Amino acid sequence: MIQKTIGEVFLIIGGIFMFLASLGLLRMPDVYNRMQTSTKAVTLGAMSSILGVGIIHPAWLPKCILIMLFILFTNPVSAHAIGRAAYRTGVKLWKGSVCDKYGSCMEDEDE
Amino acid sequence: MKSLSRWLYTAIIFFIIWIALVGTIRWDELVTGAAVSIILAIFTAHIFTTEGLSNLSPKKVICGIIYFFPYLIWQMIKANLDVAYRVIHPKRPINPGIVKVKTKMHSDLAKTIVANSITLTPGTFTLDVRGDEMYIHWIDVKSQDVEEASEMIPGVFEKCLMKFMD
Repeated sequence: MIQKTIGEVFLIIGGIFMFLASLGLLRMPDVYNRMQTSTKAVTLGAMSSILGVGIIHPAWLPKCILIMLFILFTNPVSAHAIGRAAYRTGVKLWKGSVCDKYGSCMEDEDE
Repeated sequence: MKSLSRWLYTAIIFFIIWIALVGTIRWDELVTGAAVSIILAIFTAHIFTTEGLSNLSPKKVICGIIYFFPYLIWQMIKANLDVAYRVIHPKRPINPGIVKVKTKMHSDLAKTIVANSITLTPGTFTLDVRGDEMYIHWIDVKSQDVEEASEMIPGVFEKCLMKFMD
């Protein structure tokens, strides 16, 4: 009973973070800021939901932990790849951005 | 010698993943798992790891699990709440930009861990790593100075990693 409640609390927390991530996807102005909210909030949201499932069904717990680890390892790689590809293909930063140190570094490389 | 250590390391990791996926410990499954992971390791060891068995030294594994991993999760939760606040706030208080920071780590593995940890904490993500310079998109730029930003973003994880990596 207690176990089921704890699992459900984790599922709800995961759901809330997923919702906030999709809200951020709509509200943020450019690719990079959308990546900030979506990819990362989904990490915690997905991990929390999977942990919740693992707690409700303890027999699945090892597999759930394995899935969490795979998300933890692969998510940053894909986020980095998407962000870098967006920058390299010329997606501009939002006009309210404060600074862009990467642009000058790329110009040095082109020369 | 080096290639043997890399092969053994890959086989051990594959075997652990096999056990976690199968979920039960029985003789026939263990033997099958060992055979499969040894055969797979022969083909994939050269792309799977460069360091080999030294990654599995007890100090690194124990410190990583007990010390660094909970710290990373805690940082992720804190940063997630911060970004969530920025998303719900009606005025959308963001101040984004790409900053340059310097990392103190030397080995490729340690740099990868720092870069991935930075990407995992919301609000910052690594665009590129060149030598010891990292280019980071920051949702709320607090400092454009290289030294100060290095303290604020990778410094948090380096303090923790320094003690057992590198």
